[in-house]
Amino acid sequence: MKATHTAAAGQQPSEQLRYARWLDWGTRLGLLALAGLFLAYGTGMLQPHVPHERLATLWSLPVAQFLAATGLPTGWQWLQFAQHGDVANLIGICLLASCSLPALLALVPAYLQRGERVFAAICLAEVAVLLLAASGVLSVGH
Amino acid sequence: MLATLRHRCLVAVVCLLVLAPAHAADVLLTANHLPWWFWPLALFVTSFLIGIVAVPAGIGGGTLFVPIVAGFFPFHLDFVRGAGLLVALASALAAGPMLLRGGLSSLRLTLPLALLASISSIFGAMLGLTLPPAAIQLTLGLMVLGIVALMLVSKKSEFPQAKRPDRWSDALAIHGVFVDGASGSTDHWRSHHTRLGLLLFAGIGLLGGMFGIGAGWANVPALNLLMGAPLKVSAGTSGLVLSLVDSSAAWVYVNKGAVLPMIAVPSVVGMMLGAKIGARLLNVLKATLIRKMVISVLLFAGVRALLKGLGVWV
Repeated sequence: MKATHTAAAGQQPSEQLRYARWLDWGTRLGLLALAGLFLAYGTGMLQPHVPHERLATLWSLPVAQFLAATGLPTGWQWLQFAQHGDVANLIGICLLASCSLPALLALVPAYLQRGERVFAAICLAEVAVLLLAASGVLSVGH
Repeated sequence: MLATLRHRCLVAVVCLLVLAPAHAADVLLTANHLPWWFWPLALFVTSFLIGIVAVPAGIGGGTLFVPIVAGFFPFHLDFVRGAGLLVALASALAAGPMLLRGGLSSLRLTLPLALLASISSIFGAMLGLTLPPAAIQLTLGLMVLGIVALMLVSKKSEFPQAKRPDRWSDALAIHGVFVDGASGSTDHWRSHHTRLGLLLFAGIGLLGGMFGIGAGWANVPALNLLMGAPLKVSAGTSGLVLSLVDSSAAWVYVNKGAVLPMIAVPSVVGMMLGAKIGARLLNVLKATLIRKMVISVLLFAGVRALLKGLGVWV
């Protein structure tokens, strides 16, 4: 099985293997942060902004009402509350949602070196889309 | 004889695994005196069980997760969709590197499709968070029933032949080499109908962002039957497309405050652990039977969402 995988890997384009390597490390880092921070939150090592018992009475509300009841903000302003266990977990989630970014950027020089400008442009456009989504410009406010 | 009996017992157990979480959650929904930790724990168990059956059924866990959790757990649909996107994202990211190295995912096929789907998924997510919950439940119900119909009628082609790659496919050099680990055969594949594929993926991205549901159920037929990629490459590439599309949509949910770690993290961990077991069971279980059971559960969850949206069964 391993031999087949190695043979298959040998036949894949170098940029595909480069993307896989970056994605692998990014995902590991994101999942590690997610699990570690949730453990700290669940065990009470990091005190939550919304206590567990109260959270159970609020999670059936629409998001706008939930935010009004808890005083939590939209966009990147959650960073101001990052010392709290529940909000700190968003760090792991953001890492997971961003781990394609370095992998995409790592492809750009590889494509440019081979003269594949269209694919380099597609990678940069995808990075721009992800950054636009992450910026909160499109989604902040109700 | 003994082997048949053992197989039937295994199938019965899996059947119970699929149906139990939905039934248990429905019964317990009325019991509001439960401690706070009950629901995250129930969510972890449910996600774990969904993870087990999703792999042999050949669908993404997110497709089962959103209708079941939205239908039978007390969480608001906004948070369920946020968690659903993260479940689909984490699963796609975890599998991505291995699929790329093994040639089961094609980066060249992924990048153009994911770009359009990512853009439309952002608009889908924004739209989903703007529409009233009843409308979303109703549309979700209709969509899940549509998925059931698609699963019932769709055909698959192990090695479709793209006889003449179109201009776009030629210009972007969308082709690859796939070494089948099971048969050891090597397939040099190429794609066609690229423009129509791009258009379809824009629509799929919109739905994925709106409902927080993984879109493997739509990606795979589009890649396999329309664009001519081998079945296993289609499944692998679908995962890689999801890893980019769901990242874009997930940011919208995070920025809107619609991601609750207490809901999202147990779901992600449960689903990933379950999927590992599901992958091991792939050779033991009869995939067609599992698929039929999953269709039954989806049918149930779809009708539930539809009735919830209509205010008949809230």
